[in-house]
Amino acid sequence: MLRRILFGAVAIGLVACAAYAAFYVAPEERTMGAIQRIFYFHAATAWAGETTFFVCFVANLLYIWKRKPHYDWLGVTCAEVGAACITVVLITGPIWAKPVWGIWWTWDARLTSTFVLWILYICYLLLRTLVDEPERRALLSALFGVFAFIDVPIVFGAIRWWRTQHPAPVIMGGPGSGLDPLMKKVFFFNVLAMHVFAAFLIVQRYFLEKAKHDVALLQREAEVR
Amino acid sequence: MPAAPECPIGLQFDQVEKRYGVVYALRNLTLSIAAGECVAIAGRNGSGKTKLLRVAAQLVRPGRGTLSYSGAEGNYRPKIGFVAHATMVYDELTAEENLLFFAKLQRVGNPSERVAALLIEVGLVDRKDSLVRTFSRGMRQRVAIARALLARPSLLLFDEPGTGLDAESSAWLTEQLRKLRDSGCTILMSLHGDSEMARLATRAIRLDAGSVIADTRRGAMFQSIFAVAGC
Amino acid sequence: MALLSNAAVLVGKEVRTEFRSRELLSTTIVFVLIVVVVFSFTFDPTTNESRRFGPGLLWMAFLFAASLMLQPCFLREQVNDTLSALRLAVRDPFAIFLAKIAANTLFLLLTELLMLPVFAALFNASFGAQLPGILLTFLLGSLGISVVGTALAAISAQARMRELLLPLLLLPLLTPILVVSTEVTIRLMQSEPYLEWKGIGLMAAFDAVFLTVLWLFGEYFLEE
Repeated sequence: MLRRILFGAVAIGLVACAAYAAFYVAPEERTMGAIQRIFYFHAATAWAGETTFFVCFVANLLYIWKRKPHYDWLGVTCAEVGAACITVVLITGPIWAKPVWGIWWTWDARLTSTFVLWILYICYLLLRTLVDEPERRALLSALFGVFAFIDVPIVFGAIRWWRTQHPAPVIMGGPGSGLDPLMKKVFFFNVLAMHVFAAFLIVQRYFLEKAKHDVALLQREAEVR
Repeated sequence: MPAAPECPIGLQFDQVEKRYGVVYALRNLTLSIAAGECVAIAGRNGSGKTKLLRVAAQLVRPGRGTLSYSGAEGNYRPKIGFVAHATMVYDELTAEENLLFFAKLQRVGNPSERVAALLIEVGLVDRKDSLVRTFSRGMRQRVAIARALLARPSLLLFDEPGTGLDAESSAWLTEQLRKLRDSGCTILMSLHGDSEMARLATRAIRLDAGSVIADTRRGAMFQSIFAVAGC
Repeated sequence: MALLSNAAVLVGKEVRTEFRSRELLSTTIVFVLIVVVVFSFTFDPTTNESRRFGPGLLWMAFLFAASLMLQPCFLREQVNDTLSALRLAVRDPFAIFLAKIAANTLFLLLTELLMLPVFAALFNASFGAQLPGILLTFLLGSLGISVVGTALAAISAQARMRELLLPLLLLPLLTPILVVSTEVTIRLMQSEPYLEWKGIGLMAAFDAVFLTVLWLFGEYFLEE
């Protein structure tokens, strides 16, 4: 318990420091001004989300192979945290885009595939609500999770090819590309902070899932007696 | 009808467990069935009879424990005939089409001949071109049994086969079971109560809450296995 | 090989069953027609715009139709628990998937080919020389839809709200097929038509990848 509080404190502390760095340490961007600072948070959260989905994919594979419930708990946890991260990304993106480029949204490869990624993990979570029996739910969602994860790079590739046929404004250049060295440091610090924070959320959610399972077991045992 | 099965098959359940959430369908089930035995399985609804049969057929994967077949080498999956509550045949095909389909799927030699012989055996020759959809419960059960016997299985599993049958069909089924038992097939059948069918068994076991609680092989009386209220 | 011969027997059964009743094919064809007509109210189909929007609308209609047509795929096997009989009869459960994918691809392809002349008439398009290209596009697209759709049908058959769940899960996963096949079809319909091989390659890759994933994990979809 104490360890988790400590972990939480570290995570929140890191995020606070990262936010401070983003606002006060990083130099102001030449063309975009202060609004550009949202990029640190936005891109770092995107990376954290993608890492989380990768962990979800691994957890799904492990569940299909080993059938231990904790892989299922890890899978659903990562899917939820990942979906939350991408939700933040999809909200902060337009907030940044509108004042700078004058448009809320563009259907470029990265944005569109991020949107599809988000939808896929929402579907994963929805699927879980529609299967009652725990082992069945774990297996079916793991299988869908594998399909979803494998689909994402294909979606990205397909839309990028499509975009070469119909060029459209590309809002965000690659993070870290053409960044001032100090900006890069702040950016990677933000990436670290968001990963630690995401890890903290995952740990909390995981133990919540475990507790739900333990309670159900206890209830059942009480009934039998 | 039933030629001797290709090789006699025994079964071993070793601490088999199957859970659905926190509910145990099978719990610490250890059971050894010798080749050629005809075992009647009794138990209340929800005691695990159907689950046991489906595990034996490898349709259900146990969460823990193992099922193995003896009298066979390595990873061999014996030919299994399964007759359950559902007919497992297609309503939109005729009796003959259903049987031919399953015969070809199981790579039965001379499928047309085998199907013709079975149709005679189960008494459905004159209805072979009718859609199964038009059959009565008794006739569907006959198709189901023919389907189960197509590949001359070594292991036969019957899940409450007498349910919904009238007296005539029930007597016919009992007779088929007797012939199969006498031909050396290993048979497991789950039954509701003491009956003609039950008396064909060479051994009876009783399940409760997913475990074996009585076994005639271990001294329990045959009548006692079935003679419990609510069985 | 046992897998292919099992699959062949299964496909034979699927096709025979469908052509006996034709209920799936007829409802699917009518549905595609309805979608095309209704969607075409959203833009003026008599101008050059139809060349741009037509293919997209056609593929969307196919996708929607497929997400409904694939529903009964495994639901039918639940009626009399014939799925258990199939699982007992075949050595490799992938044969069941292979057969259903082949059958679904065939039915989808039939629907698409029947819709092609109707589409050409409604949108004043002509395909003539491009027919082989169109057929290849339809084939690869239908295969992709069937592979993913059949797998997801196996999942949704075991869940609640399955009628909504299948389209919900299917449409996002099929984004690449929709994007690429529309693009390839547009190229085949323009004033100087040509076959976009890169697009064909992408579709073939999609089909191959998901068929492989299904081959690796297929048995788990049917587990109890």
